[in-house]
Amino acid sequence: MDPMDAIRTTFFIECDELLAQLEEGLMAMEQGSADSETINSVFRAVHSVKGGGGAFGLDPLVRFSHVFETLLDQIRSGQVDPSEGVVATLLRAADMLADHVSAARDGGGVDESRSEQIAAAIMSHTIGGSATAYEPESDEIEGLDFKPQMIALDLPAAEPAADFDISALLASAGADPVADAAGKDEAGGWIVNFAPHASLYAKANDSALVLRELGTLGEAVITVNDEALPTLDEMDPAGAYLGWTVRLPASVAEDDIRDAFAFVDEDCDLEITREGAAQDGPDIAALLAVVVEPAAPEAAPVAAVAPPPVALALVEPEPEPAADKPFSLMDIAPHVDALAPASPSAPAQAAAAATNAPPPPQTIRVDLDRVDRLINLVGELVINQAMLAQRVMESGAAKATDVNLALTDLELLTRGIQDSVMAIRAQPVKSVFQRMPRLVREVGEATGKRVKLVTEGEGTEVDKTVVEKLSDPITHMIRNAIDHGLESPADREAAGKPAEGTVRLTAAHRSGRIVIEVSDDGRGVDRARVKAKAIEKGLISADAQMTDEEIDNLIFAPGFSTAATVSDISGRGVGMDVVKRSVQALGGRITILSTPGQGSRFSLSLPLTLAVLDGMVVTVGDQTLVAPLTTIIESLKPRVGDVRPLGPNNFVLKIRDAFVPLIDTGAALGFGKSKFDPTEGVALLVESEVAGQVALMVDHIQGQRQVVIKSLETNYKPTAGVAAATILGDGRVALILDIDGLVTAHRKAPPRVDTLAMTG
Amino acid sequence: MTELSLDGRDGSELISFRIGEQEFCVDIMAVREIRGWTQATPVPHSPRFVRGVINLRGAVLPVIDLADRLGLGTAVETARHVIIVVQIGSRIVGLLVDAVCDILSTADHVVQKTPDLAGDQMQGFVKGLIALEGRMISLIDLGLVLDTHQAEAA
Repeated sequence: MDPMDAIRTTFFIECDELLAQLEEGLMAMEQGSADSETINSVFRAVHSVKGGGGAFGLDPLVRFSHVFETLLDQIRSGQVDPSEGVVATLLRAADMLADHVSAARDGGGVDESRSEQIAAAIMSHTIGGSATAYEPESDEIEGLDFKPQMIALDLPAAEPAADFDISALLASAGADPVADAAGKDEAGGWIVNFAPHASLYAKANDSALVLRELGTLGEAVITVNDEALPTLDEMDPAGAYLGWTVRLPASVAEDDIRDAFAFVDEDCDLEITREGAAQDGPDIAALLAVVVEPAAPEAAPVAAVAPPPVALALVEPEPEPAADKPFSLMDIAPHVDALAPASPSAPAQAAAAATNAPPPPQTIRVDLDRVDRLINLVGELVINQAMLAQRVMESGAAKATDVNLALTDLELLTRGIQDSVMAIRAQPVKSVFQRMPRLVREVGEATGKRVKLVTEGEGTEVDKTVVEKLSDPITHMIRNAIDHGLESPADREAAGKPAEGTVRLTAAHRSGRIVIEVSDDGRGVDRARVKAKAIEKGLISADAQMTDEEIDNLIFAPGFSTAATVSDISGRGVGMDVVKRSVQALGGRITILSTPGQGSRFSLSLPLTLAVLDGMVVTVGDQTLVAPLTTIIESLKPRVGDVRPLGPNNFVLKIRDAFVPLIDTGAALGFGKSKFDPTEGVALLVESEVAGQVALMVDHIQGQRQVVIKSLETNYKPTAGVAAATILGDGRVALILDIDGLVTAHRKAPPRVDTLAMTG
Repeated sequence: MTELSLDGRDGSELISFRIGEQEFCVDIMAVREIRGWTQATPVPHSPRFVRGVINLRGAVLPVIDLADRLGLGTAVETARHVIIVVQIGSRIVGLLVDAVCDILSTADHVVQKTPDLAGDQMQGFVKGLIALEGRMISLIDLGLVLDTHQAEAA
């Protein structure tokens, strides 16, 4: 791959993560937790997308994210209140940004008018309005950012962080802000103390590049600080021990210095001070910690005794309306936030507070192919271990205790490895759940319903292959819940419910499976209508006696749809039956529980992995086959009188007064067994999608086993009646039956061996 | 699979094997390994030349009876038969043959064009002929062995 392509790919992977972070942050803000950490993370996400987009020349993306970022910046600095309306706009903007990113990645365009409409909506909330629009020819984007702020700060409402009122403080300290601000220009050069954390390097940033960047700003005097450097034997090779002190001339703007650290400021200790201030006065961080302590009476004297240079350092970030300085309070705001909670008596702690937060768990990015290869190898190991055990057993050596013990150890070890390897591929369902709020907003908007989505159990982990397949059924179920389940706001109020409907999406582990539930507090299934519709569509006979549960389950019947008008969202009649089929294809089940007037609950139960399957191992002729356990209802030995011929080739089996079609598995698969004596074999009663209950004749049942699923398509081609293959303990391949395919093949024509001959 | 040059300039190597009385060869770069015959699991509804599928260290791959595929009659497999595991495109396939003979280089032997034989099933699969010590070795075009159209039509 072209190196640029590789970087591009990485950028888009990161974009996905950033967008997820953005959405998560905005959701938190929607729920009212507008703390600075959340807002900062939202801002950073958009900022990083914009930065990367700029590097790749993705203009529409950059233009849009710039507008977006400007508003977030103002929220971050407290100029704009993140009210409900603003957050709603931000959420729509996040959706739009995601569209921009995917358009940039996959080619093609975005809905320009929608983009502009949303951009306009953002600007309407932005102080300074359309003046904040992105102008690509300008190099000073940051400058453009800040100019409107200067105006904004004239407004009393835009007062920054409530517990940190510098002007009041300075007033109490007897200092004159204007005088001090004026005196600032006479101060010496900048002193930048920069101490990277290990995480800086882990993110592939490089201090050398940062220092070089500083060097371009002006004449920089850089000294290294190696005090923290341990002896060689104590050194962590991936650690960060060096810090640097950079002296820059006073003419350099603070913003430019901060810009140099734009990508690393989360991963280092950074202190930017004017020369003189840091040397003469006590530790500024400590002082700030004292000063921001809510106990103002105590704080005042401390500030009062502070020597003038300190006051100077404090006043620097003060956005003085009159001064034409391009920095603002937001530059120091994050630092103040970090310091605020610390105890004033422990200045060291205050300084460390920002860095001592529990480090995020370390992760690595691994190519999925490698993990898959590992999983394949482990699958092979499991099979090999089973083979070895079988061989040892056959040879009689298993009687020796130590051989037996070693074999048992090996088995435990193998299982341990298999579990851990499967855990590598396990992913929280969060990635799927995160896409749902947008869906809910869009469907809610389209149907004119007010919907609140509540999610639970996002951390529930399941194999990556399953996670990928969850999206479609969940999307369908949620659309269905909003479109059919929830009533219009007026109807809801008439029924004494809150106008805003609630859709709950939950995930949990239950007895070795993952259970996903989508429930709504809507009207529930209208059984009379469902039944009428089913009769109309000929799905059931008019006089059918059905339980409530059976009627509810009619919505899964193919071609069933109760929506009077075919809407854009659902109601094409391909909704729930498609969901059911795709879920069953994954070895899952879907059920519905509905209470009229109170809502419905769809429950989706899936295996935790698609790599293994619980199967019934059976013998047909001289072949060993595996039937998926989830499809088997029961197995029985037919008695002579229970099997009746139906036509020349077919048989039916009588099970408790019901006749079900009896299929000779061997014949259906073309293994060509001439003799068909049902009383000698075993019948498996299975649930098929196409023909309801069906009995499959097999010769013997060998037992129940968990088998590793191997694709037949990788090296061969899809085969009717066969879902996949697996490898048994003896090292031979056994085919896994596809019940529906088998039934379909049987119904088409009784296959005969001579028609299978090669024609090419 | 890279196209094998037949003029010998790149010194490509071929692996030759025997089916009945005839000798054939394939590009050695396509060959992944050679293993003894193991019982294959028959796959329903597959053409007769597909003997079934086998387990190759966790991968399930089809075994093609090359004799049947070339119209030389069905092989009656014995323990001495071998399976040549080859990569055809992205697929890995086993070829059931009688025995593996030799490795030859196109640099030492001239590959001639296949003479036009009317209506022979084999002709489509043979890309060229090599004369070697009085024997004739046919170069097989692997791409056609598991031709999907033919395989699916069957």
